[in-house]
Parts: sequence; structure tokens; C-alpha cells
Amino acid sequence: MIRLALSIIMRDVRLSMRHGSTTTMVMGFFVMVVTMFPFAIGPEQNILERVSVGVIWVAALLSCLLSLDRIFHSDYEDGSLDQFVLCPVPLELVVMAKCIAHWLTTSLPLIVITPLLGIMMNLPEQGFLPLILTMLIGTPALSFIGGIGASLTVTLRRGGVLLSLLILPLYIPVLIFGVLAVKATIGGYPAMEHIMLLAGFTLFSAAIAPWAAAAAIRSGLE
Amino acid sequence: MSDILRGHNLSCIRGDRPVFSGLGFELPPGRAVILSGANGSGKSSLMKIIAGLLPAQNGTLSYDDQDMLGNRDWISRNICYLAHKNGMKPEMTVAENLAFWANMEHHNGDVRKEAVKVGIDHCLDLPVCYLSSGQARRAALTRVLCHPAKFWLLDEPTVGLDSSGVELLAGLMNDHLKAGGRILAATHIELGLDPDNSSRLNMSDFSYSAFPDHEEDLL
Repeated sequence: MIRLALSIIMRDVRLSMRHGSTTTMVMGFFVMVVTMFPFAIGPEQNILERVSVGVIWVAALLSCLLSLDRIFHSDYEDGSLDQFVLCPVPLELVVMAKCIAHWLTTSLPLIVITPLLGIMMNLPEQGFLPLILTMLIGTPALSFIGGIGASLTVTLRRGGVLLSLLILPLYIPVLIFGVLAVKATIGGYPAMEHIMLLAGFTLFSAAIAPWAAAAAIRSGLE
Repeated sequence: MSDILRGHNLSCIRGDRPVFSGLGFELPPGRAVILSGANGSGKSSLMKIIAGLLPAQNGTLSYDDQDMLGNRDWISRNICYLAHKNGMKPEMTVAENLAFWANMEHHNGDVRKEAVKVGIDHCLDLPVCYLSSGQARRAALTRVLCHPAKFWLLDEPTVGLDSSGVELLAGLMNDHLKAGGRILAATHIELGLDPDNSSRLNMSDFSYSAFPDHEEDLL
């Protein structure tokens, strides 16, 4: 079972690497969105410092959203999704593996360039590690919840906008606890409870997404 | 008689439009049923219903005295479905695609050997996006050959194939039937299957034209 999941993950990561453009596009978008803020609100360091965590988190959410429809749509278009539904591997496992692959190919690169953006946004020194840690904990939830949205809109030709409307409200808990945890650390307060809630939300989404998305795909293909 | 796959009184509605109703067929081992009929007569819908991708409005699909409609476990082990689309990733090579599906479908045979049969072995290391549509179809047929299932559902298997490809496909289908396999195929052209082991189901009026010698085992 795990071997099969690994081979699906490997396949999707490999596809994304061959395709190349999506990961770099998402990273580029992330950097661009964050770069817009100093232009929009001016270069005052204390204002930037105050909004930095929130801006980086919001930009990460939006960038993640950009690539969500890729999770299932290309498989739907070339007929692979039908084969996944038919093959003896449970569709839930396929969904799980594809969400993990999505995380590896979009969120992980975002996390890697986050320190750079932190410097640009004048993020306080003691905020870097917590920011990266909370992103590592919170972003898998983005991929899992996004997987549900992507599966609901897989058969729609222009599902991108609908997908955003469906999914963004569900990202709010990740945003709240992700930002709170980092701010608490910067302010010198205990952040553990926020991190725990964030981790809980990620685990919750990992638990429900495979079943929800698999059901959505089955009914969507009809 | 229980090892006959028997569709009984199947009907299908897509949107609000009835596609077909009261359809029946029988598929004993070693036989093929060729679906014919106008575009939109429900050939693909019937295949999707059998493959469990589409719910039937009513009717049964019995095998081994059990209703197999939507029985995912049985379907995944016993049915190999080749859809209109090839299910191949354009960015990956033919060999990678085939190896991936062989892995998913629990098959551990020799992909290269099957590829030789379909005449695609020289393209194994090419990405699928560089193949012509006929070559891509042959690659997809290789997946069918690799699949351990006895039941083949082939939806327009000849699309894109050249005349030698069609001949090759007919040969492969005959081999599969001789080995006790069963085929349900939708096609518009004459495949040239052995008339002893194939019959035709016309979806437009459900007329079952069995070939003379075998009328009694079909009705």
C-alpha cells in the first residue's frame, strides 16, 4: 500500500519537475505578491514589520490556490483519472498521495524561499524559525483541503474561480493560527497552543480529505 | 452457466435524456460482443456502466450468480477498460507510463514483450507527447495487454490506428479470446474477428445478431 502511494507521489513529483513551469510560476507569484506590499504601503519599517507575517501567509495561501486545479484536472483530461478509479488501489489512497505530491511540489518550495521574503518584509529576527515551522505544519492542510475543492471542480472547464471561492473560506483557520503562533513568539508569549491547533487542523484535513475528495471524484465522473 | 457475464434489462439516463433501456447481453468466456450503433446510441455509456464509472438507472449485471454492477472490488480485479482517452501522461515516456500502470494494476509481466506485440517497442523511451495519435493508442493497448483482467472493455480501440494496426488489434483480440478472455468492444469498423467467437449488438435497436452457429448459446 505504502509502496503504491510512494509510486503515485514519485510520478506526480516527476511530472511536475518535467513540466517545470507550475512550481516556478507559483514561486514567482508568491514573491511578486509579497513584493507588492512594500510598494503599496510604503517602506516604513515598523509597519512592514507588523504586517509581514500576515502578508507572507496570505501570499502563500494565494499561491497554493493557483496550483490546486492541477491536482486532478490534468489526470481528468488525459483519462488517467478513470484508470485511477478503476484500478485496485483505493481512490482514497490515490487522493492522499496526490495531495502529498502537491504539497511537495508547491508548498515546500514556497517555504524554502520564505526566509528571503521575511528579510524583505523586515520580519523580526526571532520570527523566522516560528514562521517556517508553522508553515511546515500548516501548509499540508492547504493541499488537503484544496484537494477536496479540486475534486469537486475537476469536471468543470473553468473551475478555477469557483475553486477559489469554495476553498478560501476553509483556509481561514490555517491563516489565523499560523499568524497567531508566529506573532506570539515574536511578542514573547507562549505559542504552543496555536501550533497545536494548527497541527490539529492539518491532521483533521488529512483525515477527511481523502474520503471527501474520492467521493467527489466518483460522483463527478458520472 | 454462471460464468457468463450477463447484462439484464439495463437502462441508462444521462441528464434527463434516456439513452437506452431494457438492454441485455451475454458474454461467455472466449467470446466477444461488438457494440455498434449510431453516435449517441449509448455504447460508451454501456461500457462506463459495466466499468462502474456510471450508475445504471436499473438492471443487473450478473456474474457468478451475483450482481456485479458497481462492485468496485470485482471490477478492479476483472475488468480492463480502455476509454477514448489513453490515460497516458504526455510528459512521461511510454515505458514510464506503462510501468506506473503495471504497478497500480498489480501486474508484473514483461512490458517490453507486450510492447513488441503491439509494435510500439521502438517508442518505449519516447515521451508520449512526441507520439502520433496512432502510436499513443498502441501504447494504451499495450497497457490493456499487460492488464491481468479477463474482461476487456474497449471503447473505440481503433481510433488513430492505421490499417496494419487494426489487423494487429484483431489478432490480439483473437488471441485473448482463445485464451478464454472476453471482450466488449465498441467500434465503427469491421475488426475482422473470428466470426465463430464474436457477435454484434446493435445499440440502436438492441438487435442481437449472433453468427449462425452460435445463436443458441446467445439467446
